[in-house]
Amino acid sequence: MKVSPIQVLDHYQEGDSLIHRLDPRVKLVLTLALIVVIAALPRGAWLVYLACLLMICLVMGMSRLHPMLVLRRSLVAMPFAFAALSLVFTVPGSALASFTFARWSLSVTVEGTVAFISILAKAWLSVLSATILVATTPFSHLVASMRAFRVPEVLVSVVSFMYRYMYVIADEALRLHRAREARSAAPGSKAGGSLRWRGKVLGGMIGSLFLRSYERSERIYAAMLSRGFDGSIRAMKMEPLRRNDLGTVVAFLACLLALVALVAFQRGP
Amino acid sequence: MARATDHLVYLPELTERPQPSSKPMRSERRPVIELAGISFRYPDGRKALDNVHLVIGEQEKVALVGPNGAGKSTLLLHLNGILRGEGKVTVMGNELGDGNLGLVRSQVGLVFQNPDDQLFSPTVFEDVAFGPLHMNLADDEVRRRVIWALSEVGMEGFEDRLSHHLSLGEKKRIAIATVLAMQPAILALDEPSGELDPRSRRGLIRLLKALPQTLLVATHDMRLVDELLLRTVILDAGRVVADGPTSDILKDRALLNRHGLESPFGPRPHP
Repeated sequence: MKVSPIQVLDHYQEGDSLIHRLDPRVKLVLTLALIVVIAALPRGAWLVYLACLLMICLVMGMSRLHPMLVLRRSLVAMPFAFAALSLVFTVPGSALASFTFARWSLSVTVEGTVAFISILAKAWLSVLSATILVATTPFSHLVASMRAFRVPEVLVSVVSFMYRYMYVIADEALRLHRAREARSAAPGSKAGGSLRWRGKVLGGMIGSLFLRSYERSERIYAAMLSRGFDGSIRAMKMEPLRRNDLGTVVAFLACLLALVALVAFQRGP
Repeated sequence: MARATDHLVYLPELTERPQPSSKPMRSERRPVIELAGISFRYPDGRKALDNVHLVIGEQEKVALVGPNGAGKSTLLLHLNGILRGEGKVTVMGNELGDGNLGLVRSQVGLVFQNPDDQLFSPTVFEDVAFGPLHMNLADDEVRRRVIWALSEVGMEGFEDRLSHHLSLGEKKRIAIATVLAMQPAILALDEPSGELDPRSRRGLIRLLKALPQTLLVATHDMRLVDELLLRTVILDAGRVVADGPTSDILKDRALLNRHGLESPFGPRPHP
Protein backbone atom coordinates (compact mmCIF):
# COMPACT_ATOMS: atom_id res chain seq x y z
CA MET A 1 0.00 0.00 0.00
CA LYS A 2 1.27 3.38 -0.91
CA VAL A 3 1.46 5.80 1.97
CA SER A 4 1.38 9.46 1.27
CA PRO A 5 4.87 10.90 1.77
CA ILE A 6 3.54 13.55 4.09
CA GLN A 7 2.69 10.95 6.74
CA VAL A 8 6.31 9.96 6.99
CA LEU A 9 7.35 13.55 7.40
CA ASP A 10 6.43 14.09 10.99
CA HIS A 11 9.13 16.41 12.03
CA TYR A 12 9.29 16.20 15.79
CA GLN A 13 11.59 13.49 17.12
CA GLU A 14 10.67 12.39 20.62
CA GLY A 15 13.68 12.74 22.84
CA ASP A 16 15.07 13.95 26.11
CA SER A 17 18.10 16.13 25.66
CA LEU A 18 19.36 19.54 26.66
CA ILE A 19 18.01 20.92 23.41
CA HIS A 20 14.64 19.18 23.71
CA ARG A 21 14.19 20.61 27.19
CA LEU A 22 15.09 24.16 26.21
CA ASP A 23 12.18 26.61 26.20
CA PRO A 24 10.67 26.71 22.68
CA ARG A 25 10.70 30.53 22.65
CA VAL A 26 14.47 30.47 23.23
CA LYS A 27 14.97 27.92 20.47
CA LEU A 28 12.82 29.84 18.02
CA VAL A 29 14.44 33.20 18.58
CA LEU A 30 18.00 31.84 18.62
CA THR A 31 17.45 29.86 15.44
CA LEU A 32 16.09 32.96 13.73
CA ALA A 33 19.08 34.99 15.00
CA LEU A 34 21.47 32.38 13.65
CA ILE A 35 19.74 32.35 10.27
CA VAL A 36 19.88 36.14 10.05
CA VAL A 37 23.61 36.11 10.86
CA ILE A 38 24.22 33.35 8.31
CA ALA A 39 22.33 35.32 5.66
CA ALA A 40 24.45 38.38 6.38
CA LEU A 41 27.82 36.59 6.16
CA PRO A 42 29.97 37.78 3.25
CA ARG A 43 30.64 35.61 0.21
CA GLY A 44 33.54 33.27 0.32
CA ALA A 45 34.14 33.52 4.08
CA TRP A 46 34.82 29.78 4.15
CA LEU A 47 36.41 29.74 7.59
CA VAL A 48 33.37 31.46 9.12
CA TYR A 49 31.04 29.00 7.36
CA LEU A 50 33.08 26.19 8.86
CA ALA A 51 32.85 27.74 12.33
CA CYS A 52 29.11 28.01 11.83
CA LEU A 53 28.86 24.38 10.81
CA LEU A 54 30.86 23.35 13.88
CA MET A 55 28.50 25.34 16.07
CA ILE A 56 25.46 23.69 14.50
CA CYS A 57 27.07 20.26 14.83
CA LEU A 58 27.70 20.96 18.49
CA VAL A 59 24.00 21.74 19.02
CA MET A 60 23.08 18.64 17.00
CA GLY A 61 25.37 16.57 19.24
CA MET A 62 23.68 17.97 22.32
CA SER A 63 20.25 17.23 20.86
CA ARG A 64 21.19 13.54 20.38
CA LEU A 65 19.48 13.54 17.01
CA HIS A 66 20.77 11.05 14.51
CA PRO A 67 23.18 12.97 12.22
CA MET A 68 21.98 11.07 9.13
CA LEU A 69 18.38 12.02 9.85
CA VAL A 70 19.27 15.69 10.15
CA LEU A 71 21.42 15.52 7.03
CA ARG A 72 18.71 13.82 4.99
CA ARG A 73 16.06 16.33 6.01
CA SER A 74 18.35 19.30 5.47
CA LEU A 75 18.87 18.29 1.85
CA VAL A 76 15.15 18.47 1.09
CA ALA A 77 15.27 22.23 0.60
CA MET A 78 18.50 22.28 -1.37
CA PRO A 79 17.05 22.06 -4.88
CA PHE A 80 15.63 25.54 -4.32
CA ALA A 81 19.13 26.92 -3.79
CA PHE A 82 19.96 25.91 -7.36
CA ALA A 83 17.83 28.82 -8.47
CA ALA A 84 21.00 30.81 -7.82
CA LEU A 85 22.90 28.85 -10.48
CA SER A 86 22.67 31.73 -12.93
CA LEU A 87 25.09 33.68 -10.74
CA VAL A 88 27.88 31.51 -12.12
CA PHE A 89 27.47 33.26 -15.48
CA THR A 90 26.13 36.65 -14.55
CA VAL A 91 28.58 37.92 -11.92
CA PRO A 92 31.31 39.76 -13.82
CA GLY A 93 34.92 38.76 -13.16
CA SER A 94 37.79 36.69 -14.48
CA ALA A 95 36.65 33.87 -16.72
CA LEU A 96 37.13 30.31 -15.59
CA ALA A 97 35.74 28.72 -18.73
CA SER A 98 33.80 29.90 -21.76
CA PHE A 99 31.18 28.25 -23.92
CA THR A 100 30.14 29.48 -27.33
CA PHE A 101 26.85 28.64 -29.00
CA ALA A 102 26.53 30.23 -32.40
CA ARG A 103 26.73 33.96 -31.76
CA TRP A 104 26.29 33.66 -27.99
CA SER A 105 29.07 33.14 -25.56
CA LEU A 106 28.77 32.31 -21.91
CA SER A 107 31.60 32.41 -19.46
CA VAL A 108 31.80 30.97 -16.01
CA THR A 109 33.55 33.47 -13.73
CA VAL A 110 35.57 32.83 -10.60
CA GLU A 111 33.56 35.45 -8.69
CA GLY A 112 30.29 33.95 -9.91
CA THR A 113 31.29 30.48 -8.79
CA VAL A 114 32.31 31.78 -5.36
CA ALA A 115 28.98 33.57 -5.05
CA PHE A 116 27.02 30.48 -6.04
CA ILE A 117 28.85 28.12 -3.70
CA SER A 118 28.49 30.67 -0.88
CA ILE A 119 24.74 30.77 -1.40
CA LEU A 120 24.55 26.98 -1.44
CA ALA A 121 26.58 26.80 1.77
CA LYS A 122 24.56 29.50 3.51
CA ALA A 123 21.24 28.00 2.46
CA TRP A 124 22.32 24.59 3.69
CA LEU A 125 23.50 25.96 7.06
CA SER A 126 20.19 27.79 7.51
CA VAL A 127 18.09 24.74 6.64
CA LEU A 128 20.27 22.64 8.91
CA SER A 129 19.56 24.86 11.92
CA ALA A 130 15.83 25.00 11.11
CA THR A 131 15.82 21.20 10.80
CA ILE A 132 17.26 20.84 14.28
CA LEU A 133 14.70 23.33 15.62
CA VAL A 134 11.68 21.45 14.28
CA ALA A 135 13.09 18.05 15.16
CA THR A 136 13.54 18.97 18.82
CA THR A 137 10.42 21.10 19.34
CA PRO A 138 6.81 19.87 19.14
CA PHE A 139 5.00 21.87 16.50
CA SER A 140 2.36 23.12 18.91
CA HIS A 141 5.12 24.63 21.07
CA LEU A 142 6.47 26.51 18.05
CA VAL A 143 2.99 27.86 17.38
CA ALA A 144 2.65 28.88 21.03
CA SER A 145 6.03 30.63 20.86
CA MET A 146 4.95 32.57 17.79
CA ARG A 147 1.93 33.73 19.78
CA ALA A 148 4.15 34.66 22.72
CA PHE A 149 6.19 36.87 20.37
CA ARG A 150 3.01 38.57 19.18
CA VAL A 151 3.25 37.30 15.63
CA PRO A 152 -0.07 38.42 14.05
CA GLU A 153 -2.80 35.95 15.03
CA VAL A 154 -3.94 35.41 11.44
CA LEU A 155 -0.51 34.09 10.50
CA VAL A 156 -0.27 31.91 13.59
CA SER A 157 -3.72 30.44 12.98
CA VAL A 158 -2.93 29.73 9.34
CA VAL A 159 0.24 27.88 10.37
CA SER A 160 -1.59 25.98 13.07
CA PHE A 161 -4.52 24.91 10.87
CA MET A 162 -2.17 24.04 8.04
CA TYR A 163 -0.27 21.68 10.29
CA ARG A 164 -3.47 20.06 11.54
CA TYR A 165 -5.19 19.65 8.17
CA MET A 166 -2.18 18.96 5.95
CA TYR A 167 -2.55 15.31 6.93
CA VAL A 168 -6.30 15.21 6.53
CA ILE A 169 -6.14 16.74 3.06
CA ALA A 170 -3.22 14.51 2.08
CA ASP A 171 -5.33 11.51 3.10
CA GLU A 172 -8.20 12.79 1.00
CA ALA A 173 -5.86 13.23 -1.98
CA LEU A 174 -4.59 9.71 -1.47
CA ARG A 175 -8.14 8.33 -1.49
CA LEU A 176 -8.95 10.20 -4.68
CA HIS A 177 -5.75 8.88 -6.22
CA ARG A 178 -6.65 5.32 -5.29
CA ALA A 179 -10.12 5.73 -6.70
CA ARG A 180 -8.58 6.86 -9.98
CA GLU A 181 -6.12 3.96 -10.01
CA ALA A 182 -8.91 1.52 -9.30
CA ARG A 183 -10.89 2.72 -12.30
CA SER A 184 -8.07 3.17 -14.77
CA ALA A 185 -7.86 -0.38 -16.00
CA ALA A 186 -7.52 -0.58 -19.76
CA PRO A 187 -7.03 -4.20 -20.77
CA GLY A 188 -4.16 -4.69 -23.17
CA SER A 189 -2.60 -1.28 -22.75
CA LYS A 190 -0.35 0.35 -20.23
CA ALA A 191 -2.08 0.87 -16.90
CA GLY A 192 -3.00 4.41 -16.02
CA GLY A 193 -4.55 5.66 -19.24
CA SER A 194 -3.26 8.26 -21.66
CA LEU A 195 -1.42 11.34 -20.53
CA ARG A 196 -4.26 13.53 -21.72
CA TRP A 197 -6.83 11.51 -19.78
CA ARG A 198 -4.68 11.53 -16.67
CA GLY A 199 -4.28 15.27 -16.93
CA LYS A 200 -8.02 15.71 -17.15
CA VAL A 201 -8.58 13.47 -14.15
CA LEU A 202 -5.88 15.29 -12.18
CA GLY A 203 -7.62 18.60 -12.83
CA GLY A 204 -10.87 17.14 -11.52
CA MET A 205 -9.08 15.79 -8.47
CA ILE A 206 -7.58 19.16 -7.63
CA GLY A 207 -10.95 20.83 -8.02
CA SER A 208 -12.70 18.29 -5.86
CA LEU A 209 -9.96 18.53 -3.21
CA PHE A 210 -10.47 22.27 -3.13
CA LEU A 211 -14.23 21.92 -2.76
CA ARG A 212 -13.91 19.33 -0.03
CA SER A 213 -11.45 21.49 1.86
CA TYR A 214 -13.71 24.49 1.48
CA GLU A 215 -16.70 22.59 2.82
CA ARG A 216 -14.59 21.21 5.62
CA SER A 217 -13.53 24.72 6.58
CA GLU A 218 -17.19 25.65 7.04
CA ARG A 219 -17.79 22.68 9.30
CA ILE A 220 -14.67 23.49 11.32
CA TYR A 221 -15.83 27.06 11.69
CA ALA A 222 -19.20 25.82 12.95
CA ALA A 223 -17.38 23.57 15.43
CA MET A 224 -15.33 26.54 16.61
CA LEU A 225 -18.43 28.71 17.00
CA SER A 226 -20.10 25.93 18.98
CA ARG A 227 -17.33 26.12 21.52
CA GLY A 228 -17.63 29.83 22.01
CA PHE A 229 -15.25 31.15 19.32
CA ASP A 230 -15.87 34.87 18.89
CA GLY A 231 -13.17 35.82 16.39
CA SER A 232 -10.20 35.84 18.70
CA ILE A 233 -8.19 32.72 19.35
CA ARG A 234 -7.24 32.40 22.98
CA ALA A 235 -4.29 30.48 24.28
CA MET A 236 -2.88 29.76 27.69
CA LYS A 237 0.04 31.76 28.96
CA MET A 238 3.38 30.04 28.64
CA GLU A 239 5.47 29.38 31.71
CA PRO A 240 8.08 32.00 32.56
CA LEU A 241 11.62 31.42 31.29
CA ARG A 242 13.89 29.49 33.58
CA ARG A 243 17.34 30.57 34.65
CA ASN A 244 19.20 28.07 32.46
CA ASP A 245 17.11 29.11 29.43
CA LEU A 246 18.43 32.63 29.90
CA GLY A 247 21.94 31.21 30.33
CA THR A 248 21.57 29.49 26.97
CA VAL A 249 20.50 32.73 25.34
CA VAL A 250 23.61 34.51 26.66
CA ALA A 251 25.97 31.68 25.65
CA PHE A 252 24.48 31.38 22.16
CA LEU A 253 24.52 35.11 21.52
CA ALA A 254 28.18 35.16 22.62
CA CYS A 255 28.89 32.47 19.99
CA LEU A 256 27.11 34.55 17.33
CA LEU A 257 29.17 37.60 18.30
CA ALA A 258 32.31 35.48 18.03
CA LEU A 259 31.21 34.53 14.48
CA VAL A 260 30.77 38.17 13.54
CA ALA A 261 34.15 39.00 15.11
CA LEU A 262 35.72 36.24 13.06
CA VAL A 263 34.36 37.88 9.90
CA ALA A 264 35.87 41.21 10.93
CA PHE A 265 39.19 39.54 11.77
CA GLN A 266 39.31 37.75 8.40
CA ARG A 267 38.78 40.97 6.51
CA GLY A 268 41.84 42.37 8.29
CA PRO A 269 42.47 45.92 9.37
CA MET B 1 -51.22 19.36 5.87
CA ALA B 2 -53.15 16.09 5.51
CA ARG B 3 -49.97 14.24 4.80
CA ALA B 4 -48.21 15.56 7.87
CA THR B 5 -50.95 14.51 10.26
CA ASP B 6 -51.08 11.00 8.77
CA HIS B 7 -47.73 10.37 10.35
CA LEU B 8 -48.29 11.99 13.73
CA VAL B 9 -48.54 8.63 15.33
CA TYR B 10 -46.77 9.13 18.60
CA LEU B 11 -47.03 12.79 19.32
CA PRO B 12 -48.05 12.46 22.97
CA GLU B 13 -50.35 15.46 22.81
CA LEU B 14 -52.40 13.65 20.18
CA THR B 15 -52.43 10.13 21.55
CA GLU B 16 -54.28 9.57 24.76
CA ARG B 17 -53.22 6.03 25.41
CA PRO B 18 -51.62 4.80 28.65
CA GLN B 19 -47.89 5.37 28.69
CA PRO B 20 -45.50 2.59 29.66
CA SER B 21 -43.28 3.16 32.67
CA SER B 22 -40.20 3.82 30.52
CA LYS B 23 -41.88 6.92 29.16
CA PRO B 24 -39.95 9.99 30.32
CA MET B 25 -42.25 11.97 32.51
CA ARG B 26 -42.23 15.12 30.50
CA SER B 27 -44.68 16.99 32.64
CA GLU B 28 -42.50 16.69 35.72
CA ARG B 29 -39.24 17.57 34.01
CA ARG B 30 -38.10 21.13 33.63
CA PRO B 31 -37.84 21.80 29.89
CA VAL B 32 -34.25 22.53 28.84
CA ILE B 33 -34.81 22.78 25.10
CA GLU B 34 -37.96 24.14 23.50
CA LEU B 35 -38.19 24.41 19.73
CA ALA B 36 -41.30 26.22 18.55
CA GLY B 37 -42.11 26.25 14.87
CA ILE B 38 -38.56 25.98 13.55
CA SER B 39 -38.33 26.17 9.75
CA PHE B 40 -35.14 26.48 7.79
CA ARG B 41 -34.26 26.74 4.11
CA TYR B 42 -30.80 26.24 2.74
CA PRO B 43 -29.47 29.03 0.52
CA ASP B 44 -30.32 26.90 -2.53
CA GLY B 45 -34.00 27.00 -1.52
CA ARG B 46 -34.23 23.39 -0.33
CA LYS B 47 -36.39 23.16 2.76
CA ALA B 48 -34.45 21.42 5.53
CA LEU B 49 -36.77 21.91 8.50
CA ASP B 50 -40.49 22.45 8.31
CA ASN B 51 -42.28 23.77 11.39
CA VAL B 52 -40.54 21.61 13.99
CA HIS B 53 -41.91 21.60 17.53
CA LEU B 54 -39.93 19.74 20.16
CA VAL B 55 -39.64 20.02 23.92
CA ILE B 56 -36.91 18.16 25.77
CA GLY B 57 -36.93 17.93 29.55
CA GLU B 58 -34.00 17.95 31.92
CA GLN B 59 -31.87 14.79 31.76
CA GLU B 60 -34.02 13.21 29.11
CA LYS B 61 -32.20 10.86 26.72
CA VAL B 62 -33.63 11.44 23.28
CA ALA B 63 -32.88 9.81 19.94
CA LEU B 64 -33.28 11.79 16.75
CA VAL B 65 -33.67 9.35 13.86
CA GLY B 66 -34.69 9.59 10.26
CA PRO B 67 -33.41 8.88 6.76
CA ASN B 68 -30.43 10.67 5.23
CA GLY B 69 -31.22 14.27 4.50
CA ALA B 70 -34.17 14.35 6.92
CA GLY B 71 -32.73 17.42 8.62
CA LYS B 72 -31.22 15.83 11.75
CA SER B 73 -27.89 17.63 11.57
CA THR B 74 -29.60 20.87 10.59
CA LEU B 75 -31.81 20.58 13.65
CA LEU B 76 -28.81 20.08 15.93
CA LEU B 77 -27.16 23.18 14.47
CA HIS B 78 -30.21 25.18 15.51
CA LEU B 79 -29.83 24.25 19.17
CA ASN B 80 -26.93 26.63 19.72
CA GLY B 81 -27.64 29.19 17.05
CA ILE B 82 -25.09 28.11 14.43
CA LEU B 83 -28.05 28.11 12.05
CA ARG B 84 -30.93 30.47 12.73
CA GLY B 85 -34.16 29.77 10.93
CA GLU B 86 -37.70 30.93 11.55
CA GLY B 87 -39.25 30.06 14.88
CA LYS B 88 -38.22 30.22 18.49
CA VAL B 89 -35.44 28.29 20.22
CA THR B 90 -35.42 28.39 24.01
CA VAL B 91 -32.55 26.84 25.94
CA MET B 92 -32.68 26.57 29.75
CA GLY B 93 -35.43 29.16 29.77
CA ASN B 94 -33.56 31.72 27.66
CA GLU B 95 -34.82 32.51 24.21
CA LEU B 96 -31.91 32.30 21.79
CA GLY B 97 -30.97 35.71 20.45
CA ASP B 98 -27.91 37.71 19.45
CA GLY B 99 -27.27 38.68 23.05
CA ASN B 100 -26.93 35.22 24.57
CA LEU B 101 -25.24 33.11 21.89
CA GLY B 102 -22.16 32.74 24.11
CA LEU B 103 -24.21 31.59 27.08
CA VAL B 104 -26.29 29.13 25.04
CA ARG B 105 -23.19 27.69 23.38
CA SER B 106 -21.73 26.94 26.79
CA GLN B 107 -24.97 25.19 27.78
CA VAL B 108 -25.40 23.06 24.67
CA GLY B 109 -22.37 20.94 23.83
CA LEU B 110 -22.54 20.07 20.14
CA VAL B 111 -20.41 17.15 18.94
CA PHE B 112 -20.02 17.00 15.17
CA GLN B 113 -20.23 13.84 13.14
CA ASN B 114 -16.69 13.94 11.81
CA PRO B 115 -14.13 14.28 14.60
CA ASP B 116 -11.66 15.75 12.11
CA ASP B 117 -13.95 18.79 12.02
CA GLN B 118 -14.34 18.87 15.77
CA LEU B 119 -10.65 18.49 16.57
CA PHE B 120 -8.98 21.41 14.83
CA SER B 121 -5.99 22.07 17.09
CA PRO B 122 -2.58 20.45 16.74
CA THR B 123 -2.72 18.72 20.14
CA VAL B 124 -5.46 17.08 22.19
CA PHE B 125 -4.82 19.44 25.10
CA GLU B 126 -5.36 22.56 23.01
CA ASP B 127 -8.54 21.14 21.55
CA VAL B 128 -10.11 20.28 24.89
CA ALA B 129 -8.94 23.64 26.29
CA PHE B 130 -10.50 25.62 23.42
CA GLY B 131 -14.03 25.76 24.86
CA PRO B 132 -13.02 26.57 28.46
CA LEU B 133 -10.56 29.26 27.27
CA HIS B 134 -13.32 30.94 25.31
CA MET B 135 -15.49 30.89 28.44
CA ASN B 136 -12.86 33.21 29.96
CA LEU B 137 -11.84 30.72 32.64
CA ALA B 138 -8.51 31.13 34.41
CA ASP B 139 -5.61 29.04 33.12
CA ASP B 140 -5.56 26.79 36.20
CA GLU B 141 -9.27 26.06 35.90
CA VAL B 142 -8.84 25.35 32.16
CA ARG B 143 -6.06 22.89 32.93
CA ARG B 144 -8.18 21.22 35.63
CA ARG B 145 -11.13 20.88 33.27
CA VAL B 146 -9.05 19.42 30.46
CA ILE B 147 -7.72 16.72 32.77
CA TRP B 148 -11.20 16.06 34.16
CA ALA B 149 -12.89 15.92 30.74
CA LEU B 150 -10.27 13.54 29.35
CA SER B 151 -10.66 11.24 32.34
CA GLU B 152 -14.46 11.31 31.89
CA VAL B 153 -14.06 9.82 28.41
CA GLY B 154 -11.28 7.45 29.47
CA MET B 155 -8.53 9.26 27.59
CA GLU B 156 -6.34 10.39 30.47
CA GLY B 157 -2.74 11.05 29.53
CA PHE B 158 -3.57 11.93 25.91
CA GLU B 159 -2.97 15.66 26.45
CA ASP B 160 0.17 15.94 24.35
CA ARG B 161 -0.92 13.59 21.57
CA LEU B 162 -1.37 14.95 18.08
CA SER B 163 -4.94 14.74 16.82
CA HIS B 164 -3.92 13.32 13.45
CA HIS B 165 -2.24 10.34 15.09
CA LEU B 166 -5.34 9.13 16.92
CA SER B 167 -7.63 6.28 15.93
CA LEU B 168 -11.23 7.08 15.01
CA GLY B 169 -12.52 5.70 18.33
CA GLU B 170 -10.06 7.86 20.25
CA LYS B 171 -10.98 10.90 18.17
CA LYS B 172 -14.69 10.37 18.85
CA ARG B 173 -14.08 10.17 22.59
CA ILE B 174 -11.88 13.24 22.61
CA ALA B 175 -14.46 15.11 20.53
CA ILE B 176 -16.92 14.45 23.37
CA ALA B 177 -14.31 15.61 25.90
CA THR B 178 -13.95 18.92 24.04
CA VAL B 179 -17.54 19.79 24.91
CA LEU B 180 -17.64 18.08 28.34
CA ALA B 181 -14.85 20.45 29.39
CA MET B 182 -17.35 23.27 29.00
CA GLN B 183 -19.65 21.43 31.44
CA PRO B 184 -22.79 21.88 29.36
CA ALA B 185 -26.21 20.88 30.65
CA ILE B 186 -27.16 19.43 27.27
CA LEU B 187 -25.18 17.25 24.90
CA ALA B 188 -26.18 17.07 21.25
CA LEU B 189 -24.32 14.38 19.36
CA ASP B 190 -24.37 13.80 15.63
CA GLU B 191 -23.87 10.15 14.65
CA PRO B 192 -21.58 9.31 17.61
CA SER B 193 -21.23 5.61 16.78
CA GLY B 194 -20.91 5.93 12.99
CA GLU B 195 -18.00 4.05 11.40
CA LEU B 196 -16.80 2.66 14.71
CA ASP B 197 -15.73 -0.95 15.06
CA PRO B 198 -17.87 -3.00 17.48
CA ARG B 199 -15.48 -2.72 20.40
CA SER B 200 -15.13 1.06 20.13
CA ARG B 201 -18.87 1.30 19.65
CA ARG B 202 -19.56 -0.64 22.84
CA GLY B 203 -17.09 1.54 24.73
CA LEU B 204 -18.79 4.64 23.40
CA ILE B 205 -22.24 3.43 24.44
CA ARG B 206 -20.92 2.69 27.93
CA LEU B 207 -19.44 6.18 28.04
CA LEU B 208 -22.68 7.86 26.95
CA LYS B 209 -24.70 5.79 29.44
CA ALA B 210 -22.65 7.18 32.29
CA LEU B 211 -23.11 10.83 31.34
CA PRO B 212 -25.58 12.75 33.51
CA GLN B 213 -26.42 15.39 30.87
CA THR B 214 -29.56 15.74 28.84
CA LEU B 215 -28.79 13.85 25.63
CA LEU B 216 -30.03 14.41 22.11
CA VAL B 217 -28.44 11.93 19.73
CA ALA B 218 -28.93 12.03 15.97
CA THR B 219 -28.17 8.55 14.69
CA HIS B 220 -28.92 5.66 12.35
CA ASP B 221 -27.75 3.14 14.92
CA MET B 222 -31.05 1.70 16.07
CA ARG B 223 -29.40 -0.68 18.52
CA LEU B 224 -27.77 2.27 20.22
CA VAL B 225 -31.19 3.94 20.36
CA ASP B 226 -32.69 0.84 21.93
CA GLU B 227 -29.98 0.54 24.55
CA LEU B 228 -29.38 4.12 25.49
CA LEU B 229 -32.23 6.44 24.71
CA LEU B 230 -35.68 6.25 26.26
CA ARG B 231 -37.42 8.62 23.91
CA THR B 232 -37.30 8.66 20.11
CA VAL B 233 -38.15 11.42 17.69
CA ILE B 234 -38.46 10.54 14.00
CA LEU B 235 -37.68 13.30 11.57
CA ASP B 236 -38.52 12.93 7.88
CA ALA B 237 -38.29 15.60 5.21
CA GLY B 238 -37.76 18.24 7.87
CA ARG B 239 -40.86 17.31 9.88
CA VAL B 240 -41.29 15.56 13.21
CA VAL B 241 -43.39 12.55 12.20
CA ALA B 242 -43.30 10.61 15.45
CA ASP B 243 -42.28 11.29 19.02
CA GLY B 244 -42.67 8.84 21.85
CA PRO B 245 -41.14 6.14 24.01
CA THR B 246 -38.39 4.26 22.20
CA SER B 247 -39.87 0.92 23.26
CA ASP B 248 -43.11 1.68 21.41
CA ILE B 249 -41.56 3.23 18.33
CA LEU B 250 -39.08 0.42 17.77
CA LYS B 251 -41.93 -2.10 17.86
CA ASP B 252 -43.85 -0.31 15.11
CA ARG B 253 -42.16 -1.79 12.06
CA ALA B 254 -44.60 -0.19 9.66
CA LEU B 255 -43.78 3.26 10.97
CA LEU B 256 -40.03 2.60 10.85
CA ASN B 257 -40.30 1.20 7.34
CA ARG B 258 -42.27 4.14 6.12
CA HIS B 259 -39.43 6.45 7.14
CA GLY B 260 -36.52 4.45 5.79
CA LEU B 261 -35.55 3.01 9.17
CA GLU B 262 -35.41 -0.50 10.49
CA SER B 263 -36.10 -2.19 13.76
CA PRO B 264 -33.09 -3.44 15.66
CA PHE B 265 -35.00 -6.63 16.48
CA GLY B 266 -34.83 -9.41 13.93
CA PRO B 267 -35.27 -9.28 10.14
CA ARG B 268 -37.25 -6.60 8.35
CA PRO B 269 -40.83 -7.54 7.43
CA HIS B 270 -40.41 -6.57 3.77
CA PRO B 271 -37.01 -7.70 2.60
